[in-house]
Amino acid sequence: MSTKKIVVVSAGLSTPSSTRQLADRLAADSVEILRERGVEVELQVFELRDLAHDITNHLLMGFAPPKLEAALDAVASADGLIAVTPIFTTSYAGLFKSFIDVIDPQALTDLPVLIGATGGTPRHSLAIDYAIRPLFTYLHAIPVTTGVFAATSDWGGTGETGDGVRSLPDRVFRGASEFADLVERTDRSQLVNDPFALDRPMGHLVGGLAGE
Amino acid sequence: MQFGIFTVSDITQDPTTGRTPTEAERIQATLTIAKHAEEVGLDVFALGEHHNPPFWSSSPTTTLAYIAGQTSTLQLSTATTLITTNDPVKLAEDYAMLQHVSGGRADLMLGRGNTGPVYPWFGKDIRQGLPITLESYELLHRLWREDVVDWEGKFRTPLQGFTSTPRPLDGVPPFVWHGSIRSPEIAEQAAFYGDGFFANHIFWPASHTQRMVALYRQRYEHHGHGTAAQAIVGLGGQVFMRKNSQDAVRDFRPYFDNAPVYGHGPSLEEFTQQTPLTVGSPQEVIDRTLGFRDYVGDYQRQLWLLDHAGLPLKTVLEQLDLLGEEVVPVLREEFAKNRPAEVPDAPTHASLVRATYGDEAPRQATPNANRGDNLTLGSPYQDTQAPAQAPSNPRGSAFGPAATRKEVVR
Repeated sequence: MSTKKIVVVSAGLSTPSSTRQLADRLAADSVEILRERGVEVELQVFELRDLAHDITNHLLMGFAPPKLEAALDAVASADGLIAVTPIFTTSYAGLFKSFIDVIDPQALTDLPVLIGATGGTPRHSLAIDYAIRPLFTYLHAIPVTTGVFAATSDWGGTGETGDGVRSLPDRVFRGASEFADLVERTDRSQLVNDPFALDRPMGHLVGGLAGE
Repeated sequence: MQFGIFTVSDITQDPTTGRTPTEAERIQATLTIAKHAEEVGLDVFALGEHHNPPFWSSSPTTTLAYIAGQTSTLQLSTATTLITTNDPVKLAEDYAMLQHVSGGRADLMLGRGNTGPVYPWFGKDIRQGLPITLESYELLHRLWREDVVDWEGKFRTPLQGFTSTPRPLDGVPPFVWHGSIRSPEIAEQAAFYGDGFFANHIFWPASHTQRMVALYRQRYEHHGHGTAAQAIVGLGGQVFMRKNSQDAVRDFRPYFDNAPVYGHGPSLEEFTQQTPLTVGSPQEVIDRTLGFRDYVGDYQRQLWLLDHAGLPLKTVLEQLDLLGEEVVPVLREEFAKNRPAEVPDAPTHASLVRATYGDEAPRQATPNANRGDNLTLGSPYQDTQAPAQAPSNPRGSAFGPAATRKEVVR
């Protein structure tokens, strides 16, 4: 049985938060789908609230304090990332963007990503596609087609949305299935590039000349 | 081992009084600090270079030449000299001059500079920072070693039959350190040329320094300049001392909390834990500094940042007194213990002359009458140029002529 590393990042600010709740549901479905396929999952969850001071210090100082460094290392060496943020003022939470900003620009290359977002009203659901998805495509990560938006009203009722959209559990399952497909196939966690590696070739420095 | 101080030349408001010194005051204060560094028995004074307020040090060789005239043993260096935005030809001239007027007490530390607009102000593109660094240093390296240089590159106008004057003192170029925080390319560049590597070391976790120095040492050996243990390593450091620890923390905190670089970010306690900053008693500084050796090996030069963040002159001079009286004498003794015999001291002009000429008399460049042409009739000098130090890896490298020119024409 193989093991994949999935990292969950939740940018909810309250405790408890519906953002974390959505993150947990996305993670639970992903883990279950992969287990059914014989893939063991090592799950790590980071609440950005706990890292908020460290993230600010990194922005100001240019290096990560130990707790944040552990989170950044985990994300960089993951087989999949579940990223969930509340939508504030038409876009991702500032804390979420600040975390993305301190990630090494190469660290997310080829990383499967499942995007989740929460908000007070389903009217903000497209924020996933106009705000969050471009972040990950810019970083050469692979966000799956389905992003899951959970409005306050999604947490209750019959699951009938009245506009033909499927219920939250259905959407969570769909996103998790797409995500699991990519996580199952990647071996990213085995291939991490160390920027300080002593055997890093230097020939690339000057236009590909100079191999040693 | 050499001990000294480096300054970035910031002019910062003293947060305890609200007063900002004038440029004139800060410049005079820095001259006083440099002279006092020699008086208390330190070895090195290194000066930064900036081209924007609130910094004053735009012309380091002018300042260092004056300090050279006011001191007799102090080694004068830079922290750092901008290899990206300065013309390498002017650097070759300026630092050879500084060598001459200081009687061989000059070396320099190269860096790329981190102020974005300085690049376009000097006609350069910051995105080319690394290629410029490689090309410009290769030219600088040649200008000090070849009397007549033909050169063509991407980032400055070509040279035909150019001679950089004056020739380096005794025909021996100033020693060069390459400064970096975390660009492995710079460690590689220093290793390729057999130059020194200076790890900034302050404001950053020691783990960066450890890995950069390890890379530099490994590559120094790879390029055939000696063993890894013989590579020439310098470290930055930052301290604030009072006789007892609590007073140091109390007195430094307002400066820390409002400092230009790290102010309003991490707490003093977090920062001292995560970076080499030490705020405490002289004994704590001694213990911390001795610990640097555990992760970089035996090294050659230790410089401290003492005078930034608005600290008044009087306080800085007190810091120098503590360094000179209580800290450095102990460090000299302790660092000398168990230091392997193969580990060299920091290069000085005298040691470089000895390495180049042995017991022979060093070159004294004497020009011919000016013919307006130093291309066709041999050297413009009556004597011959200094023996070249053997290049260890002349081809197939990321650096040197092979990397920056299509054909090698010598």
